[in-house]
Amino acid sequence: MVRELTCIVCPKGCQLRVELEDGAVKSVTGHTCPRGLQYANDECIHPMRTVTSTVRATDGRVVPVKTDRTIPKETMFACMKLINATVIELPVSVGQILLPDLLGTGANLVATANME
Amino acid sequence: MKQIDLVIVGGGPAGMSAAVAAYDSGVKSILILERDAHLGGILQQCIHNGFGLHRFGEELTGPEYAWRYEQQVLERNIPYLLNTMVLDISPEKVVTATNSEEGVFQIQAKAVILAMGCRERSKGALNIAGTRPSGIFSAGTAQKYVNLKGYMPGKNVVILGSGDIGLIMARRMTLEGAKVHAVCELMPYSGGLARNIEQCLNDFGIPLRLSHTVVEIHGKERLEGVTIAKVDENRRPIPETREYIPCDTLLLSVGLIPENELSKTAGVQLDRVTSGAVVDQDRQTAVEGIFACGNVLHVHDLVDYVSEEAEIAGKSAVAYIQGLTAERTDIPLTTDGKIRYTVPQRITQKKDVTVFFRVADVYRNVTIRVSDGDRVIYSKKKLKVAPGEMESITLRPDQFADAKALSFALEVK
Repeated sequence: MVRELTCIVCPKGCQLRVELEDGAVKSVTGHTCPRGLQYANDECIHPMRTVTSTVRATDGRVVPVKTDRTIPKETMFACMKLINATVIELPVSVGQILLPDLLGTGANLVATANME
Repeated sequence: MKQIDLVIVGGGPAGMSAAVAAYDSGVKSILILERDAHLGGILQQCIHNGFGLHRFGEELTGPEYAWRYEQQVLERNIPYLLNTMVLDISPEKVVTATNSEEGVFQIQAKAVILAMGCRERSKGALNIAGTRPSGIFSAGTAQKYVNLKGYMPGKNVVILGSGDIGLIMARRMTLEGAKVHAVCELMPYSGGLARNIEQCLNDFGIPLRLSHTVVEIHGKERLEGVTIAKVDENRRPIPETREYIPCDTLLLSVGLIPENELSKTAGVQLDRVTSGAVVDQDRQTAVEGIFACGNVLHVHDLVDYVSEEAEIAGKSAVAYIQGLTAERTDIPLTTDGKIRYTVPQRITQKKDVTVFFRVADVYRNVTIRVSDGDRVIYSKKKLKVAPGEMESITLRPDQFADAKALSFALEVK
């Protein structure tokens, strides 16, 4: 089986062609960097995504956040549910861990802005 | 009147990067004027990731990218004023500004860098038939509500225009529980990055309706639905393809316009295609000592390129203040239509020049050709070029030294 993908690793958006055999990646073409190759492999075996969102602070404002590494794509909405159920105390600073190990994915939810 | 060597109008990514570059090049008397309550500009509401791969070699979110530059401004103690609106810039470089603490005040600058960014094209500019209910937002306004105010503008969404902000908002609204029914794009291709089509639409099964537009708006108090239709090759709606989509929210992502009202008061000549200033390789406008960079000059795809361009403007402003220039020349750059514009539009000094340009349509197997009359001084093959992706080439002085004018053309096989 052949899968055509658009690489999302960088703004270049390379068109990837992945040849699959029995669910395993046999060959990848179209990538222009090692990260693209990694993406093609992950995407066909187990798609991963970074989630960015906001978390409510006790004063009612919102703090921008992200997962500090990619999480399995199918856990995005479960993570969003957890993120939206969370209320945090200010101040926070860039990179501060707000929720460790989101749903056992190994990714932490971290603040991406300073807020007092 | 207060005297300052370099006044920078705007404290977004362009303004901050220009300030840091100018400071590091030797001018310490700098003032950034920012109308918002914080530095960072539009990056503060762009909470998604994907910024900074070129500049920092890692993927940052908008606020993180802004913070990297804000730290550089703070480390150097570069002065800035927040909540400060510039009202006027004169050709003599007198900057008139106002804020609630100092009232109206004037500064005599030796050089000015315009870094005001751009704004979104509005619904008024589109002329859609129908009623005018609430529930219609520019994509950037919706982004501000969701990401900065924590407030969802609606539940059932149609997006008109497939620019990057619209695509990003399709994903953002979906993650926050809204249903995005369609992204309609008038053109037969998307104006957004391919990666955003993939990760913002395809990931969530949101249909991208190419060659489609919104032809009618329905609803009295609140938006109740929109009628969309396919368009023909002349971009005219085809009546028999009309389709009603119930929705409470319509987001418009239909282009960005450089915000050049101040540039006009300064007497800066504008380019009809970019809606930004006509500049030379130093990003100097036709008014000596006034420079422009970032989205006020031309709309960029990536903030990384904004920072890069702003560094050129910052360094060049310092060279201007210190009276340093390379050997002079004056070569206008022209385009063939397939290439819509170049920045810079003129080369005035004999040094390496990187020329950025955008094409008018999607073309495959092209040759980019730069000629001086019949003499080809540069050519490069590319598999694909698209309007959504800015291209660049670098020319050396030995290639253009004796040129009268340089024409940029795209040969399509």
